[in-house]
Amino acid sequence: MPWGEFKDTAAERRLFQRRTLVALVVMLGLIGILVARLYFLQILNHTNFTTLSEKNRVQVQPIAPPRGLIYDRNEVLLAENRPVFSVTIVPERVPDMESTLSRLQQILDIPEEDMERFDRRLDEYRRPFSPVPLSYDLTENEIARMAVHRHDLPGVEVEAELVRYYPFSELTAHALGYVGRINQDELRNLDPIDYAGTNYIGKSGVERFYEDALHGEVGYQHVETNARGRTLRVLEKENPVPGDDLRLHLDIRLQKVAFDLLEERRGAIVAIEPKTGGILALASVPGFDANQFVTGISVENYRELSESLDKPLFNRALRGQYPPGSTIKPMLAIAGLDSESTTRERTIWDPGFYRINDSGRRYRDWKRWGHGWVDLREAVAESCDVYFYDMGLRMGVDVMHEYLDQFGFGKNASLDVSGALPGLLPSAPWKRAVRSQPWYPGDSVNMSIGQGFMLATPLQLATATAVMANRGVWHEPRMLHEVTGPETTDAVLPAENHQDLVIKREADWNYVVESMKDVVHGQHGTARAVGQGAPYRFAGKTGTAQVFSLAEDEEYDADEIRERLRDHALFVGFAPADDPQIAVAVIVENGGSGSGTAAPVGRAMFDAWLLDMNQGGEEPVVADKAGEVSGTDG
Amino acid sequence: MASRDFIRQMPGQTIGGPRGFMSSIHLDPILLLLLTTLLAAGLFVLYSGGDSSMAVVKSQCARIGVAFVVMVVFAQLDPAVYRRWAPWLYGLGLIALVAVLLVGVGAKGAQRWLSLPGLPRFQPSEFMKLAVPIMTAWYLSRHFLPPKLSRVAVALVIALLPMILIIRQPDLGTALLVGLAGLFVVFFAGMSWKLIGAFFGMAGVAAPAMWFFVMRDYQKQRVLTLLDPESDPLGAGWNIIQSKTAIGSGGLSGKGWLQGTQSHLDFLPESHTDFIVAVLAEEFGFIGVAALIVLYFLIIARCLYIAVYAQDSFGRLVAGALTMTFFIYVFVNIGMVSGILPIVGVPLPLVSYGGTSIVTLMAAFGIMMSIHTHRRMISA
Repeated sequence: MPWGEFKDTAAERRLFQRRTLVALVVMLGLIGILVARLYFLQILNHTNFTTLSEKNRVQVQPIAPPRGLIYDRNEVLLAENRPVFSVTIVPERVPDMESTLSRLQQILDIPEEDMERFDRRLDEYRRPFSPVPLSYDLTENEIARMAVHRHDLPGVEVEAELVRYYPFSELTAHALGYVGRINQDELRNLDPIDYAGTNYIGKSGVERFYEDALHGEVGYQHVETNARGRTLRVLEKENPVPGDDLRLHLDIRLQKVAFDLLEERRGAIVAIEPKTGGILALASVPGFDANQFVTGISVENYRELSESLDKPLFNRALRGQYPPGSTIKPMLAIAGLDSESTTRERTIWDPGFYRINDSGRRYRDWKRWGHGWVDLREAVAESCDVYFYDMGLRMGVDVMHEYLDQFGFGKNASLDVSGALPGLLPSAPWKRAVRSQPWYPGDSVNMSIGQGFMLATPLQLATATAVMANRGVWHEPRMLHEVTGPETTDAVLPAENHQDLVIKREADWNYVVESMKDVVHGQHGTARAVGQGAPYRFAGKTGTAQVFSLAEDEEYDADEIRERLRDHALFVGFAPADDPQIAVAVIVENGGSGSGTAAPVGRAMFDAWLLDMNQGGEEPVVADKAGEVSGTDG
Repeated sequence: MASRDFIRQMPGQTIGGPRGFMSSIHLDPILLLLLTTLLAAGLFVLYSGGDSSMAVVKSQCARIGVAFVVMVVFAQLDPAVYRRWAPWLYGLGLIALVAVLLVGVGAKGAQRWLSLPGLPRFQPSEFMKLAVPIMTAWYLSRHFLPPKLSRVAVALVIALLPMILIIRQPDLGTALLVGLAGLFVVFFAGMSWKLIGAFFGMAGVAAPAMWFFVMRDYQKQRVLTLLDPESDPLGAGWNIIQSKTAIGSGGLSGKGWLQGTQSHLDFLPESHTDFIVAVLAEEFGFIGVAALIVLYFLIIARCLYIAVYAQDSFGRLVAGALTMTFFIYVFVNIGMVSGILPIVGVPLPLVSYGGTSIVTLMAAFGIMMSIHTHRRMISA
């Protein structure tokens, strides 16, 4: 309503005045309550409270609970706590920061890096009177020197705290994750009391997933102080409840084998025990030393890690999404048989290429002159692309999607693996939504050999292989074996949520497993060299994932292509084939061919697990130095 | 007219009287004097509450300086400007609140700040403490007062929408203040008593619902602790026990400046922020707190005077609501520190250490001054 339009202003004013009067009366009433309360506290109960405050020489200090330890399946310690002394400064209590810092620099050897970080922390938002850490991990010598000079450095404290330490450093960084200092975002979701004395929180991996179990419960102590606030003695102590210890399925010996196999290369290995879903090894190479991240990594070191072309910080095992290539042919074989898109008897002629129709584009087979007449079992063993092109086209995307989904592709199917990516399982609706294009038959052709849009992580490939080894029985992959502590393992471990994959003819499982045995033991198998001399029968499938696609008739010449453009080499398999103890997925980035590069790695993993570790019984594993595992070979 | 009576006790300008120098630069000398007194007294308490740290006092002084400038700027703008911009400011505030939930930065375990490139970090919820009453007043004063039922409903939505967003941050204390600021406008506009009664009835129903669906565990804990402080000796209970001890041991005249053992031996948490009243009570006693309350009341009285003599409904409603909100600030803070209200994290206005709330409050007083000094020379 614009100004000047007629309103009954006088009435409105009177109304407002009446309301103001009411407000005033209410306010005076509330002020009366406050004054009465203060009178009650300060006049009536003055003596009581005076006595209380006289006696009030007691302060409550939180005691951080020690973080639960993490062991591998053989009780080898993978994550422990060790005392670390650090220098902290309460800026509000420091009369002259400049001179204090220069004094400290004379006493301690503080790297420039720490000084810069301290300056940054000073500028960040923090609660007043909260200590700002300056220098971590003092030596014995430095602690002694600080003790001498502490009295003339007000506001400077030496604090001891238990800090996470990973004795196997880079072997376990990607599998276990690591803890780090609590940041602002994390504070928002924390119980401020429970974390009152705690500075570290799980940032990734097991450390993050099981944060609640590992953390424990805060304790506190009542400390008597003198009038100056100096601590005299501890009156009462409520001990903290230490965090639960976790025992993982991981076997650090196998983890070490996996690392050594990929040494000087880039890649990932995931090994799963099919019967339990337990993850035996989860290696992403190159790794990094997680200990650097616990107390805070220097900018220079971090830059080196994050800018390295080999991407050591990148967890390839869970987050590397690669085209799965031929490694999904066994799963698609199950799909083809069960959906009756093909039969065991059906053979097709492979001239070395495939055409959807007579004038269409040629889809090449990796074998330029073709495989001749092949049935499904031979098609898997020899990795015949044309058979799968044809079968994929008959199935169509919906059927392929349905079965691959049941093998755990396109989602994070793990129980407790923090940060695992879902990969990508394409479907017609997905393509419409994301690419705004219809699903073409050519897309089905590409999908049938694991190329095109589909992406899978090594963890997913290992999971699907374990389902294959179990003949369709699901045990979601998991890190946690058992919890020792007040809580039961069942309470901590998430519930399983996958239906077993049930197919019409149970015998089809063994048919496809036989075809996978042919890959390594058969006369024409793609990886027959790898199966030679094995004292056990195992099943496998090789694959290559194209880093870039070749033009239709271009020659593939590995020498001419720079190493980083070479195909990724893939292998999945399980052993022994008829009583699977271990299922693995191997990817060697730019390794060239699956059979030449990745399959031997798989075989070495089987040998290590079946021959060296389990045959020899339970011999003790000794960890003498970081990263060195010795176990006597059985 | 009882309200006349208390206004007569207040020396001040008469309507349309000669304007002094202060008036020509749109400042109100009486309010200015009261605010300056409070701020100065606050610094003394803060020095003690902040462990005699000059650094705290210095940075508080810097904030007061900024807040003063903000107040002067806000006082220069004609109330018509606020009215014209009301919907835009309110809309912008809502967008900012949603943005905070999406991309806000957190501190102390809540996502309250918005950090935009090129702008200083700010809390949209603080901004809403001003935008909500201005918007509600704009909406209601466009039509005849008292407002029709439908308009009351819309006004309530205007007030409660930002409140819901702020609860999500989560920041219960600020959410209450923002919501109340809007409700006070509706109250002053003449919402019928029946409706107000019904509203309280609904609040009675809503309280259990809040308990089960909105409040976080730590907030419930605070309410429970209020009933039985001993139940949580390490957390909130400790705070209440210690602040009651500080207040009670102060007695009639206190232990003397900088002599408070409770705050200086670190028994009292947040002794320079939310719990600063306990420091005052311990060191200056009942007399000290009473003096503080009187000072607050004088500020409130002057603001109500400004409200009653504002020239149009918009000005009246804004001034009235801002004043009531200011009072609620004081009441809730002293109430929670003395243990009769749950701890919701409301600072003591103009005294507690912390920049954002001081700037908002001084901006509010700037708006008050603007309403008072831009009156046109027509008889009301």
